[in-house]
Amino acid sequence: MSELPPEETTAAPAPPPDPFEDWQRLDPKAVIASTALVLAPMFPIVAIMAVSDENSGRTLATVGVMLGVVVLTLVGSWLNWYFTRFRVTAERFELREGNISRSFRSIPRERVRSVDLTAPVVHRLLGISVVKIGTGQKAGNDELKLDAISTARAEELRRLLLRPRAGTTSEGVPPPVTGSGEETGTEELARIRPVWYLYSTLTASLLLFTWAAVGSALSTLSDVFRTLWAADTATDWLSDTAASVWAHVPLWAVVVAAVVTVLLGGLLGALAFSLEMWWGFRLTREGDATLRVRRGLLTTRAVSLERRRLRGVELAEPMLLRLAGGSRLTAVATGLEHGETSGRSDNKVLLPPAPRGVAGRIGALVLDRSGTLEDGTPLRVHPRVALRRRLSRVLLPAMLLAAALAVAAHQSGAVPWWSWLVPLGAALPASVLAWDAYRNLGHGHRDEYLVTRYGTGVKRTVLLQREGIIGWRISQSPLQRLTGLLTVSATTAAGNGYYSVRDAGTEQGLSFAESCVPGLLSPFLEKNSDFTSESGDSPDGTSHERTTKRTDHP
Amino acid sequence: MIDVGGTEGGVRLRPPRHRVARRAVLWWSCQAASRVVVLLAAVGFGAWWSPFPNRALVIALIVLGVLGIGYVAVMPWWRYRVHRWETTDSAVYTAAGWLSREWRVAPMSRIQTVDTARGPLQRALGLSSVTVTTASAAGPLTIDGLERDVAADLAERLTRTTQATPGDAT
Repeated sequence: MSELPPEETTAAPAPPPDPFEDWQRLDPKAVIASTALVLAPMFPIVAIMAVSDENSGRTLATVGVMLGVVVLTLVGSWLNWYFTRFRVTAERFELREGNISRSFRSIPRERVRSVDLTAPVVHRLLGISVVKIGTGQKAGNDELKLDAISTARAEELRRLLLRPRAGTTSEGVPPPVTGSGEETGTEELARIRPVWYLYSTLTASLLLFTWAAVGSALSTLSDVFRTLWAADTATDWLSDTAASVWAHVPLWAVVVAAVVTVLLGGLLGALAFSLEMWWGFRLTREGDATLRVRRGLLTTRAVSLERRRLRGVELAEPMLLRLAGGSRLTAVATGLEHGETSGRSDNKVLLPPAPRGVAGRIGALVLDRSGTLEDGTPLRVHPRVALRRRLSRVLLPAMLLAAALAVAAHQSGAVPWWSWLVPLGAALPASVLAWDAYRNLGHGHRDEYLVTRYGTGVKRTVLLQREGIIGWRISQSPLQRLTGLLTVSATTAAGNGYYSVRDAGTEQGLSFAESCVPGLLSPFLEKNSDFTSESGDSPDGTSHERTTKRTDHP
Repeated sequence: MIDVGGTEGGVRLRPPRHRVARRAVLWWSCQAASRVVVLLAAVGFGAWWSPFPNRALVIALIVLGVLGIGYVAVMPWWRYRVHRWETTDSAVYTAAGWLSREWRVAPMSRIQTVDTARGPLQRALGLSSVTVTTASAAGPLTIDGLERDVAADLAERLTRTTQATPGDAT
């Protein structure tokens, strides 16, 4: 925890064999932290009112209301603190909480899959951390949250809960105190390089995020101006100057200036965000059991991931980042909810956007493979029909739209005559994307992993442990049947739940599935050259049952 | 391990061995018919209520009616020919769909739960659905329209087999 402030190590009283055996309280400073969060935004409001408002009565009333809120928060969080207790017994983690409605939760210690430490700014100043204990249950409300305990004890708790059960004999030895993470068995796999911040500014979502933030900040600012009665003069002056300047400047210059401002502003903002998110990033392996990601400038986050839950990794390359030769690395692990739905997608991040080669190397390190993720047999290409499918998916709608617009333009004057050119013009870049989507398709296996690659907006390469495949889902749409393609999905308990090889050739896909998990699919496969004449998959089952020939693949 | 991607022979997925109950056709027909009736009623209501006498709506109604009758006539039989299931000592295998098909395979060792479910219509027809779930979030295997006894048998057999397999099935 080099990023966290040094911590008083007196927090754990006498270290008995297991320091969390008795019922524990949260750190009382948690009360201060939650009150401070409520209090902080009030200062500027009160300050502005004090400066601007002539009506001191109203100011006083507002201050009174705010004080009330603060007192309520104080009492509420104190009650919360008072009634929350937890303990760690030999088998279970137990948590009592609630003042009005009491709750008691008890979780077997083997079920604890992740222990994440987060410290927002205020928490950090006070030297406390929020501890989230994940049990990997899909049902909601699965997360146990301790807000907050002192950082050193949080670190201790994390180590205790994630210690492999076989190693419980060593519990008598108190773990090396302080969360420095420098104890034996910790191996650093990756550490951020300054250039990587630039890579992470290249993700489009960050750019958008920046502008959303700027927008809301500007509206707040204008509110402040209005309150200060400065609005009229300031905005008048601004708009006057702007008008006088812009009157003499050609339109294209204005447009260029606007675009440059938006891009530059977005980039700078994105840079700031990526600094906040990735500052001090370190990926470490602790012993053989856990991977650990630590990062954050203002809010520090420390996410632990049990290695036995790891089923693979995913390299994601959003288009902008891909053009710069960068890539993001995330874990495919059981017990982490889907990123899209839970909003906690950042708990599976293994590496910030980084050069592709680095991501590949670190990915291989994480999976205990030698070299890089790209090592091994090259991926298999999908049939050309898959390209035709992608092209026609883009071109047919464009043609149809163009034809419809042309007809409409011919019939009535409401549609400009050139409108049919627009979809045709858009078809060109779209077919480039379709070509790219086809080129990115690929599958194969490397060592113990299934590899699939797809996507153009975000190109993804997934390595999934073949051991982790718990079934197959093979689908074929009517069009795919006509063209001899199918989609093979390996279902798994980890990550998205399934990873697909899209639009593979029928035979290619099936034998790939068979070779990934030998023996699972083979009883249901038949190999016979007669079938090549019998096109497609006729629904007539009886004839199949007669001609069934099972071939057990060597 | 076989050579992947070669063009030798022609590997294909054979359909599972067992069909579902023939009565399932009736069940799917009822479902299809009710869907078509609701759709036609909605469109017909629209045609009747629209302030101007709308020939287009009437034509749409006729087209929809013809399509709907075709759907009710064809889909259940087609589906009946596609829907199949099979269990071996090591795996469960199902095929489903009609226009688009989907085949699912789950090894016995990874099965977590086996559920039997019967809706009111299925109960009236003496049918059951058996759903086999694994630890994956991506879709359980469902066999619709089984004979009630067959379903009960199957569920029991699967439960017994999966209980015999150790491990947490992930």
